Amino acid sequence: MNIHEYQAKEIFRAAGIPIPPGEVATTPDEAEAIARRFGGTVVVKAQVHAGGRGKAGGVKLAKTPEEARTVATKILALTIKDLPVQKVLVTPAAEIASEAYVGIIVDRARKKPVFMVSAAGGIDIEEVAAKTPEKIMYLPVDARYGLLDFEAQQMGFFLYSDAKLARAAAKIMKQLYRAFLSSGASLAEINPLVVTPAGEVLALDAKMVVDDNELDRRGELAELRDESAEAPSEVQARNANLTFIKLDGNVGCVVNGAGLAMATMDLVKYYGGEPANFLDIGGSSNPEKVVNALRIITADANVKAILFNIFGGITRTDDVANGIVTATKQNPLRVPIVIRLTGTNEELAMKILQDNGFSASSDMDEAVKKAVQLATGGTSA
Amino acid sequence: MSIFIDESTTVVVQGITGRDGSFHARQMMEYGTRIVGGVTPGKGGQRFENAVPIFNTVADAVKETGANTSVIYVPPMHAADAMMEAAAAGVKLIVAITEGVPVLDMTRVYPFVKERGVRLLGPNCPGLISPGKSKVGIIPGRICAPGPVGVVSRSGTLTYEVVYQLTRAGIGQTTCVGIGGDPINGTNFIDCLEAFENDRATKAVCMMGEIGGTDEQDAAQYVMKRMKKPVVGFIAGQTAPAGRRMGHAGAIISGSAGTAAEKIAAFEQAGMGVARRPADFVELIRARLR
Repeated sequence: MNIHEYQAKEIFRAAGIPIPPGEVATTPDEAEAIARRFGGTVVVKAQVHAGGRGKAGGVKLAKTPEEARTVATKILALTIKDLPVQKVLVTPAAEIASEAYVGIIVDRARKKPVFMVSAAGGIDIEEVAAKTPEKIMYLPVDARYGLLDFEAQQMGFFLYSDAKLARAAAKIMKQLYRAFLSSGASLAEINPLVVTPAGEVLALDAKMVVDDNELDRRGELAELRDESAEAPSEVQARNANLTFIKLDGNVGCVVNGAGLAMATMDLVKYYGGEPANFLDIGGSSNPEKVVNALRIITADANVKAILFNIFGGITRTDDVANGIVTATKQNPLRVPIVIRLTGTNEELAMKILQDNGFSASSDMDEAVKKAVQLATGGTSA
Repeated sequence: MSIFIDESTTVVVQGITGRDGSFHARQMMEYGTRIVGGVTPGKGGQRFENAVPIFNTVADAVKETGANTSVIYVPPMHAADAMMEAAAAGVKLIVAITEGVPVLDMTRVYPFVKERGVRLLGPNCPGLISPGKSKVGIIPGRICAPGPVGVVSRSGTLTYEVVYQLTRAGIGQTTCVGIGGDPINGTNFIDCLEAFENDRATKAVCMMGEIGGTDEQDAAQYVMKRMKKPVVGFIAGQTAPAGRRMGHAGAIISGSAGTAAEKIAAFEQAGMGVARRPADFVELIRARLR
């Protein structure tokens, strides 16, 4: 789960990391009022779940409250990577002597949380990693012990030769690790970590991605989810316990299991079609899930044919068949449907479908080919 | 022969009285797996299906039954502890079926089981089956048949699909292993490839990977440098957009790393057969068994 910069900053601040104050505005009026309260130059920053905000014009300086209103008006009208900007963070501009990067991610290869720090901050860290890898220090953490003091010091001195700055940075590393751990994050990032001309070390930006699997035991974090910042169909799917990602094609896919769902999309493409979505109804499915899945897929006007590909292991195919029958009784389909079912309770499922006027195949390739034909035929008609 | 499990595998089921645990314990018993005990704290002394003794702790279960394997069906927030409990109790193989285990939990579990010399499969995996001998997990037994092919996959239902097509074509399997789709798992492709290479009965291997990470590229290197047996690979997610998590926590393309094209190129470079779709496995494997 992505959270906004202002939310991540609250978490970092609570862990003790020095961060300049800031307030969120949803209208130009509010942005102007906040800028007036702070006085002096402010930064207005789009709060949206997309990288590259600066390049997209989502981060601007404003010298006066009036200017804050003007830039907030512009930023609140932006759409960055398909996501409309609905909030801005207004924060006093800091003077910057140097910029560094500090990040921590769970690294699948090392199977550990790994710190990445670089004195070449403020810009795209992936670019630094690709072009000048020697400018990045990687520090894997043994999660059983946490970040040790000497490790934090090593990183501090990697960033700053001045002992006072190095110690301040080391303290921030410890605080960041604590915030990362207590939030069940898979990524936490400060970019940039700056030194001011007065010699203070400050975090000017904050980013955090929370592991979705943590939300059950961290209710307070689940509340940070901003559904207005996500695609409505994906919100609807998540609330129905489905995994759904909208794509641009016209073959709507309903599959059980992520791997098979991806392989089904690939096969649609293999036979000359384009998948309209990724949709995984998951393991122990019930008819209700199928009803929800069909509702989400048929809401997409691009969809010209619907393809079910169900391999019943835990999933009972008769549950899926009952779901299809129930859903289509509630909302008759306006596009053709192709059903492939095999596995647990297959005979029963086939009978349910036949009794209700559906046909089904047990062969994946056959079903995908047919769905692609129907979808392309539907387009030209 | 087979890898990791066979007739000598004795299993304790952690979470045997739960909804999933009880269902799959019965399925495994029907398949012929030697389920020797179950664990549900507080229900020690009872019996599952009037036959299998239930214990309060894995340590008790192992002490009383001598089980060498544990399979875990406990809820995600308790799964990490269950894995460490099993490792501490002295089993040799832990199969964690549970989906939704927080990845930070796994950063603690992994070194814990590793330094005890225990093999962990999963979490978020379908388990494994050595057809005709034993199954530990949730892979449907009737889609498998004994034979000469090893199968290893990051997915659940995609594994079933490929195994089903192989079996229908008369090609049986030594062992089918689902390693799971999470970013941190106990057993990786290379562990399984090494075991298949050393297993006399295995003559060829099917490997199903996914977008995300570099495990498949590492596996391809291993095939090229260390394996004599033929391996056929497939990558799911050729049409997946970058930066999106495709259901599995591991299935995400970040930057330029982990794309299907990159992985397929690594397979080709390693001299592996490449299945463009699941159905291609049948002919590619048949050709390599001749």
